[in-house]
Amino acid sequence: HLATSLPLPSERDHLRPRIDLIAFMIDIKSKYSLKNVEASLAHVDASFFLGKVCFLVTGVGRVNYCSVEMNAIWKLGEVYCSPVLFCELELEGIRVATAQRLLRMLQICAGHIPGVSALSFGSLMRNSADD
Amino acid sequence: ARRGAAPGLAPAMESADGAVRTLPSIGRLSRGPTFGRAHGRFGLSPSGRLLPPAPRSQENADPQRTAFLLRKQWTLYSVTPLYRFSDARLRDYARLLSAFIAAEKQKGLAVEVGVELDIKVSVSSLPDLKGSDQDQAAILVQLSSRSAASSKNSEEKLIWSGWFCCVSGDDLSENVPEDFTCLPLFLANGGESYTSIVGSWFQKTFDCCFRRLAISPLNLSWMAAMWTGCKVDKTASAMELVFSVPCLPQPLNISYAIHPEDAKALWDTVQKTPGEITQEEVDVFMDCLYSHFHRHFKIHLSATKLVKVSTAIASAHCDGIIKFLQSQYLTGVLMLLTELAISQIQ
Repeated sequence: HLATSLPLPSERDHLRPRIDLIAFMIDIKSKYSLKNVEASLAHVDASFFLGKVCFLVTGVGRVNYCSVEMNAIWKLGEVYCSPVLFCELELEGIRVATAQRLLRMLQICAGHIPGVSALSFGSLMRNSADD
Repeated sequence: ARRGAAPGLAPAMESADGAVRTLPSIGRLSRGPTFGRAHGRFGLSPSGRLLPPAPRSQENADPQRTAFLLRKQWTLYSVTPLYRFSDARLRDYARLLSAFIAAEKQKGLAVEVGVELDIKVSVSSLPDLKGSDQDQAAILVQLSSRSAASSKNSEEKLIWSGWFCCVSGDDLSENVPEDFTCLPLFLANGGESYTSIVGSWFQKTFDCCFRRLAISPLNLSWMAAMWTGCKVDKTASAMELVFSVPCLPQPLNISYAIHPEDAKALWDTVQKTPGEITQEEVDVFMDCLYSHFHRHFKIHLSATKLVKVSTAIASAHCDGIIKFLQSQYLTGVLMLLTELAISQIQ
């Protein structure tokens, strides 16, 4: 499900399936997208931050268009204990690879992978990012 | 909302080698973080940055000598260190470059159609343009034309200028081996074909590499904030920010002009420590300008791309074009640009 911001409209709550993963997309070319994500985070229940949230930073292939400061994004990842992924939507190969990663993460968050919980996977991702 | 938590320097400092290329190879990007944490470079938005020194009294420097650099549009390039360059051999270089240009013309890479022009090359040093004593003095290359038909009394017309410089480039010069000279910033004014010929000669002769230096919107906002804070003697011109709106069928640019005194007043309320600027202060400054604009026009400038910044000090365009407007801040601006160039090289 794609939304431009949170909270989601309450009228459709009863029709909505369970949400297993929230990927917040931040376009590095748009400061506005970062602000939007920051505002939307306030509407997310704390339980999601146990491995069911990730930040997806797009537009990284075009560093010369960068309007968002990287430190702010890293900080967001740290504060909300969630992994930060990077991708470039303009390149098909990366788009596909990123989609596959997200799908994998989603399978884990939905509990379809035995032995791996969303929380353990989330902390694994964060620790590898710090190295 | 004024100040949030101050952004701290992240503990792990990796070098961000991926940061300066556009559309890097597929394999690298899909793996995860390609940007290292900021390691204090202007180009990678450090959390704190010292302001360029206030107008140096420049006792020995004569502003007249560098006045010709002002009010001209310079295209920026980053240059990797030059191998076995010597500032004692400038005349030789001028001769060699002159011969090279003549040879290129013979080959049919004629740069000027029609009149046969005799190109005279001069290579000189600009000792005033450096930041610290460790910096290499700037090197100026000028191409003048003289009509071949007349004698040497005929007028010489300056057709192209380019200069290499390094202002406070210690980060780079400290880390290069002996035989290398660090002049990471190159500025060119004049025909693109001449820039190409001169660049080729330098690349061949000193085994260096030129690359266009682009300025990201993030860096442009730093410049906007830093330059707004500078004191100017005479009445300053308006501060102008130009934004390009993405994702439209027709390109649309938004120009936002701010009265220089208002801009300075705003900056003065934001900046806490004189002589130092933080990323946070730049963000607050820009956010104030953006929200003011939004209140009036209901447009989120933060969703557009900042492409040009003009102040009384200088104007900078994201394609890597700069214009210096005040000689007293010339070295200050060069210091920022040098850092950007070094960022691109490393």
